[in-house]
Amino acid sequence: MIKVSGLTKDYGARRAVHNLSFDAQQGEVVGFLGPNGAGKTTTMRILTGYMPPTDGEAIVAGYDVVEESLEVRKRVGYLPETVPLYTEMVVFDYLKFMGELRHIPNVDDRVDEVLDMVGMIERATGYIGNLSKGMRQRVGLAQALLHRPEVLILDEPTIGLDPSQVVEVRELIREIGKERTVLLSTHILHEAQNLCDRVLIINKGKIVAEDTTENLQARLIGAERVIVRVRGEADELADTIKQVKGVRGVETKSDGAVEFEFASGKDLRPEVAKQVIKSGYDLLELRPLGMSLEEIFLELTGSDSKRN
Amino acid sequence: MRNIWTIAKREYDNYFNSPLAYVVAFAILLPLGIYFSLIMWVSAQQAMYGGGVPESTPINWLFVFLMIFLSPALTMRLLSDEARMGTLELMLTAPIRDFELVAGKWLGAMLFVLSLALLTLIYPIIMNNFVSPGIDWNVILSSYIGLILICSALLALGVGISAVFTNQFAAFFGTLGLFFFLWFMIGLPASYLQAGGEVLNYLSLSTHFSQTLNIGTVTLGDITYYLSLTALGLFVGTTAIEIRRWR
Repeated sequence: MIKVSGLTKDYGARRAVHNLSFDAQQGEVVGFLGPNGAGKTTTMRILTGYMPPTDGEAIVAGYDVVEESLEVRKRVGYLPETVPLYTEMVVFDYLKFMGELRHIPNVDDRVDEVLDMVGMIERATGYIGNLSKGMRQRVGLAQALLHRPEVLILDEPTIGLDPSQVVEVRELIREIGKERTVLLSTHILHEAQNLCDRVLIINKGKIVAEDTTENLQARLIGAERVIVRVRGEADELADTIKQVKGVRGVETKSDGAVEFEFASGKDLRPEVAKQVIKSGYDLLELRPLGMSLEEIFLELTGSDSKRN
Repeated sequence: MRNIWTIAKREYDNYFNSPLAYVVAFAILLPLGIYFSLIMWVSAQQAMYGGGVPESTPINWLFVFLMIFLSPALTMRLLSDEARMGTLELMLTAPIRDFELVAGKWLGAMLFVLSLALLTLIYPIIMNNFVSPGIDWNVILSSYIGLILICSALLALGVGISAVFTNQFAAFFGTLGLFFFLWFMIGLPASYLQAGGEVLNYLSLSTHFSQTLNIGTVTLGDITYYLSLTALGLFVGTTAIEIRRWR
């Protein structure tokens, strides 16, 4: 549904997107992750036909974004980062206007339908200017969903929403992602983790990693890290654990818990447990610490900035 | 065409959401009403001494004259504000052509001015009741054709300039400066020049209206002039939007 190859975009002398290539299939939710200024918004703007790329090509819903921009725009729903809305308009009128531009039949009914989907039906007659940020975000989302787009491009869709709305919107995106293609950008990593089938980590206009969230974790960890907690004082716990062969990176945390790691593949947890109990401790917790997307992200984007 | 109409309709409704449109309407209709009363009063005085038939076309001239100063206020925010508010991103990712967006904005402003022009029709109608055997409706028709054509040109140029700026005041003064130049200044050197004076006169906004259309002479040259300016304005607007995309 989305196929991008060699996409490059320059703003004057600054290269915002550099030779970007990726694709997204139907029924897939793809997350775009990266620090501010990484080129996420620029890429999305190119894919929605807002601006042409300097080089490379992008096919969205079967059409080229430069050559057949109008066809692309008919099939894409877009929620821009800043959620631009006509603040002097009433919510319903605004959505109706956008629907008329997209030639939606029975536009009034469809507007009611999407307002219901985003939970804004009771504010339909209010002015957009009087809405809170979260509500504007939902109106923007309603606008993106209006024409049942084949491809949905959402730039930071849950920003500014309160926690319960975040859950609702994610639910909605997951639902839509079952049949259509969703490309969303975020810098909330656990959102990408529990929403996206696949994650693209982008930094300085380049893709630094692309995989499913599980694979990304597995690929980057290489070692498994475990936390051990015991009852009472545990001054010599670290030494006790060090005695087990294969254990490395032993570290005592400020709260008394001890972390250690071992090469992935040979699980040393039973040995460590035996050793801890043999030494007379009451074992409370022995838990593997999966590497979070945060750490992967920092590793990938941070090491890059160190090199420069 | 349908998209142009959708945008024009929203823009027209939008005028009534802001005080600006009411201020502009007031600033046009009040002087027009006073001027009309004066014309009627003076004509009534002169009629006693065998004066001529009153004319309502000076009212249309005043309408156009006021539009030179007030139409920039109607067009200044049409596209500049979209760029400033970010809603341009919404329009440029909707399935509409850049030209449709620009033309829709122009048509919206045009509809507003046409509504005002429609209100001024009461002046010739009232006048007709006081004059025997009635006023010359052909002159009135020609005058209104001129008024619509010149407003069309002014609004198109205003929309075009509005697309260039992201600041509405920059758009306002840019437009006002251009109109001032085209109305008052461009014809000035014509009489001092050995040759080429006709060209400058031809480019002047005012001569096409006051010297022909408003006195009942519809010429192809005048119509072409105003339609060309309209096309130019819409072209500048569309190009400015396209340049925005490439930046």
